[in-house]
Amino acid sequence: MSHQVNDLKEEAQGRVKGRARSGSPRTGDRLGRRSSSKQTLKAEGTPGRRGAQRSQKERAGGSPSPGSPRRKQTGRRRHREELGEQERSKAERTCEGRRKRDERASFKEHTAAPKKEKEIPRKEEKSKRQKKPRSSSLASSASGGESLSEEKLARILERVEEKKQLIATMRSKPWPMAKKLTELREAQEFVEKYEGALGKGKGKRLYAYKMLMAKKWVKFKRDFDNFKTQCIPWEMKIKDIESHFGSSVASYFIFLRWMYGVNLVLFGLIFGLVIIPEVLMGMPYGSIPRKTVPRAEEEKAMDFSVLWDFEGYIKYSALFYGYYNNQRTIGWLRYRLPMAYFMVGVSVFGYSLMIIIRSMASNTQGSTGEGESDNFTFSFKMFTSWDYLIGNSETADNKYASITTSFKESIVDEQESNKEENIHLTRFLRVLANFLIICCLCGSGYLIYFVVKRSQQFSKMQNVSWYERNEVEIVMSLLGMFCPPLFETIAALENYHPRTGLKWQLGRIFALFLGNLYTFLLALMDDVHLKLANEETIKNITHWTLFNYYNSSGWNESVPRPPLHPADVPRGSCWETAVGIEFMRLTVSDMLVTYITILLVDFLRACFVRFMNYCWCWDLEAGFPSYAEFDISGNVLGLIFNQGMIWMGSFYAPGLVGINVLRLLTSMYFQCWAVMSSNVPHERVFKASRSNNFYMGLLLLVLFLSLLPVAYTIMSLPPSFDCGPFSGKNRMYDVLQETIENDFPTFLGKIFAFLANPGLIIPAILLMFLAIYYLNSVSKSLSRANAQLRKKIQVLREVEKSHKSVKGKATARDSEDTPKSSSKNAIQLQLTKEETTPPSASKSQAMDKKAQGPRTSNSASRTTLPASGHLPISRPPGIRPDSGHAPSQTHPWRSASGKSAQRPPR
Amino acid sequence: MGGSGSRLSKELLAEYQDLTFLTKQEILLSVYVVLAPHLVDNEQQARSGNEHGRPIAENTDSSPLSTRAHRRFCELLPQEQRSVESSLQAQVPFEQILSLPELKANPFKERICRVFSTSPARDSLSFEDFLDLLSVFSDTATPDIKSHYAFRIFDFDDDGTLNREDLSRLVNCLTGEGEDTRLSASEMKQLIDNILEESDIDRDGTINLSEFQHVISRSPDFASSFKIVL
Repeated sequence: MSHQVNDLKEEAQGRVKGRARSGSPRTGDRLGRRSSSKQTLKAEGTPGRRGAQRSQKERAGGSPSPGSPRRKQTGRRRHREELGEQERSKAERTCEGRRKRDERASFKEHTAAPKKEKEIPRKEEKSKRQKKPRSSSLASSASGGESLSEEKLARILERVEEKKQLIATMRSKPWPMAKKLTELREAQEFVEKYEGALGKGKGKRLYAYKMLMAKKWVKFKRDFDNFKTQCIPWEMKIKDIESHFGSSVASYFIFLRWMYGVNLVLFGLIFGLVIIPEVLMGMPYGSIPRKTVPRAEEEKAMDFSVLWDFEGYIKYSALFYGYYNNQRTIGWLRYRLPMAYFMVGVSVFGYSLMIIIRSMASNTQGSTGEGESDNFTFSFKMFTSWDYLIGNSETADNKYASITTSFKESIVDEQESNKEENIHLTRFLRVLANFLIICCLCGSGYLIYFVVKRSQQFSKMQNVSWYERNEVEIVMSLLGMFCPPLFETIAALENYHPRTGLKWQLGRIFALFLGNLYTFLLALMDDVHLKLANEETIKNITHWTLFNYYNSSGWNESVPRPPLHPADVPRGSCWETAVGIEFMRLTVSDMLVTYITILLVDFLRACFVRFMNYCWCWDLEAGFPSYAEFDISGNVLGLIFNQGMIWMGSFYAPGLVGINVLRLLTSMYFQCWAVMSSNVPHERVFKASRSNNFYMGLLLLVLFLSLLPVAYTIMSLPPSFDCGPFSGKNRMYDVLQETIENDFPTFLGKIFAFLANPGLIIPAILLMFLAIYYLNSVSKSLSRANAQLRKKIQVLREVEKSHKSVKGKATARDSEDTPKSSSKNAIQLQLTKEETTPPSASKSQAMDKKAQGPRTSNSASRTTLPASGHLPISRPPGIRPDSGHAPSQTHPWRSASGKSAQRPPR
Repeated sequence: MGGSGSRLSKELLAEYQDLTFLTKQEILLSVYVVLAPHLVDNEQQARSGNEHGRPIAENTDSSPLSTRAHRRFCELLPQEQRSVESSLQAQVPFEQILSLPELKANPFKERICRVFSTSPARDSLSFEDFLDLLSVFSDTATPDIKSHYAFRIFDFDDDGTLNREDLSRLVNCLTGEGEDTRLSASEMKQLIDNILEESDIDRDGTINLSEFQHVISRSPDFASSFKIVL
């Protein structure tokens, strides 16, 4: 603080110099500098003084006096923050004297820099010069192997670290490339030169080795990153779409690609750990009843119509649950297939859960509270509404139009925000719309339940028609096809913002799909219970048949009878395979319906509009049919629900994931083509915003919901007695117990038994609750502290406002008391800085405070500044809004040109 | 690709990767986009003695990695081999950059080029400037640097603050050239008043960088839309 007082004393003399300095040129930012220097040259009196004050402030922290290491340290740091490192690096350049100067920069500095500008470097130079022999001697002494004094070593280490940090953060500095390059090379050279000096004796070699490895590691990481980006598929396709349709449509395709990646992993898991071992090492087809087509189906087993329904040979293949044998180990590897099957089933869910949560977390990182967005509606519209990805003029035109409408709308809203005549109508319409939609949902649920019940009757009858066999799938697909447009029509009543509307629409379609799926599941579950009830009798029949076969008379007793052909053995209905087949069919029919819809609705419509336009009485392209828009919500939800079916079905049909991978692959190409060929950009182009996380949230919900039925069947239904890897067991999870008992040492079994003890699980759950409670209270107290800090800033603002009003009344001439006030302000600033530095005050919070302060003290400012429009807005130098925090935002360009805004008084 | 990769010296490439948010592929791609047409340009100038080389960026726009562009680039290199490094410093005029498909539809394209240009006359971009541009607009760039450059782009008169003049020009950019989409004077005034009301924290009638960054940091979708992919 004594610094500041000193500097303030200097201030009076430093006025002229400071003015010159504020307009002094620096490398890299010519424009801002030029204009500001012009302005300041014109300006006399207050602004010049202000510039001086500010420069004083900068120097207060920034100019290190020679000889005191602590000061130098802080000075350096402050300096970096305040001056964007330019002077510092320059000073280093000059003092270290081992680098050719950047010609342009140095030229300008020498010619254009006024006195004051030179003073600072010179000061620094002095200090550095004092330091330089020391440091070079350090290096030499280090190389000589002598021990260094701790302090010196620490200083070098610190500087090396600083340089390294500079190298790491260089890319986020707003400098032109040429400057960045020279800075980088300099820093690298410095690091290389002094790095060796660190560490002593034997440690030195180790240190060098470590540094070498670190460098290699960085290089490897970079290469790996390059490789990874090269591996991302469809980048160009998506980019194309992005530039034509804006980011919202592209977000669907990015989501699709992500989904494809996830499914690829799942496919790898299932295929590598279950299907391949079974095919390679398991018993071949036809060896046992469960792997053989029954005699009655044998004739038709290869017919296409049968295969299309996943019956016949496909049903008795490794694609379905029933094919797997309950042998504990298979092959010479003694691979425990049932165990692997169970674990893969669990890990499919585990992996999906993990990956979804991880991507959600990474999406939310760096996000700020959404509640804040209400405060800045206009500014957001202004500054962030353009989608820079748009590269298509048609889309750009749409975007212009939509921005204009949104501007106009918000202006009108602002003007009429007090009028509430329409609100009742809107409310009524919204309630009506919701009512209608709920009716639709109930209707569709009932329809599906009805159809599934009917199909169960059909399944008991013989020779049913194709329609009757596929009624469920057809009805579900039709509902999925027609309900969303219906909802959209109804939603037009509500008159939401498109982004909000999209969310509502998504939510409704979600409810529809979910209802349908669960109705379907319930009906299926009925079916399963029926089959389970029949199982006992079938089991008896099987035993009886086998018994009869071996003990029947009329066979030569001396020759052992050949075993009964597996195709002839009567067997149960194997409900697991039946469930798997249902999901398989649903997936395939869903895919086909999607593709056919795209072809018929989008493509044919586009063809019709395009070619019939020549001979039609009205303009088809602009008029009624027009081209279709890409239906983001429907497609996203279709994808999500498809994935839900995959998750549910993959336990009973391991091949389902493979089919899904194919489906995603084809739909990537097909939909890309369809979008580019037959869709038009949205009329109201809006950005994807965070909808990605919204998708992820839906996906997580669906994952959870699809986990429920699978977990239910695993935990509480007995597996079929004659098919699947768990046959003969009471419950599917018994395979775990079996493995623990037979394959692990006994103490492990005991540990597991102990872990599964409720006495341990309940305390664990309690502990989790306690942790949640604790974290919750911590976050609450932090937010309270945040609010407190905000309040402090607010108070500070008010003080500042009062100063402003004083200044406003005062004449343009500077009076005696200004230094005092500014010093007071400086002290206050110091205080606030100390308050805001604790870890809880992150940058965003600091920003918060800044926002909150003036926002709430607006009224004060209005009253105190009656004619603030034309009065010189003279901020006390101490409370420059950006001086207290956000070091990365302050940089020479800004600090040079920021002053030019303060206009001279008349 | 490998051929040109080795021509752009490895150290330089590594440094570029250190200094930008771009990957190796993106840097090489931008070499094609900026440099190849440029070299072709030079060639044509040399042949015909024509002063203004036709901007050829369109040739490569649909697929910058097309074999044609690649071959051209490599054909040209032997003569220019010595000067690849120096040709990186060469200036590409604005028209050529502006005709890139990525920028064609952008209402701020002139501003973007101006902000990133380091040539004295501010009418052309060097290769490094172009890399800067792409780096700022890349997916991985930090919101801070993005908002910093956004501010400079919006600051039409380069005076370091957004005043009413800047804002109205910004609105005009956003609403397009068409007569029907323009805002009327009163609407404009209302709009700018509202914006200043929201964002001008210190009430000096203009928005400075920190105020701007403060607003932008709240925006949920600034970082996702402020990007250009080559």
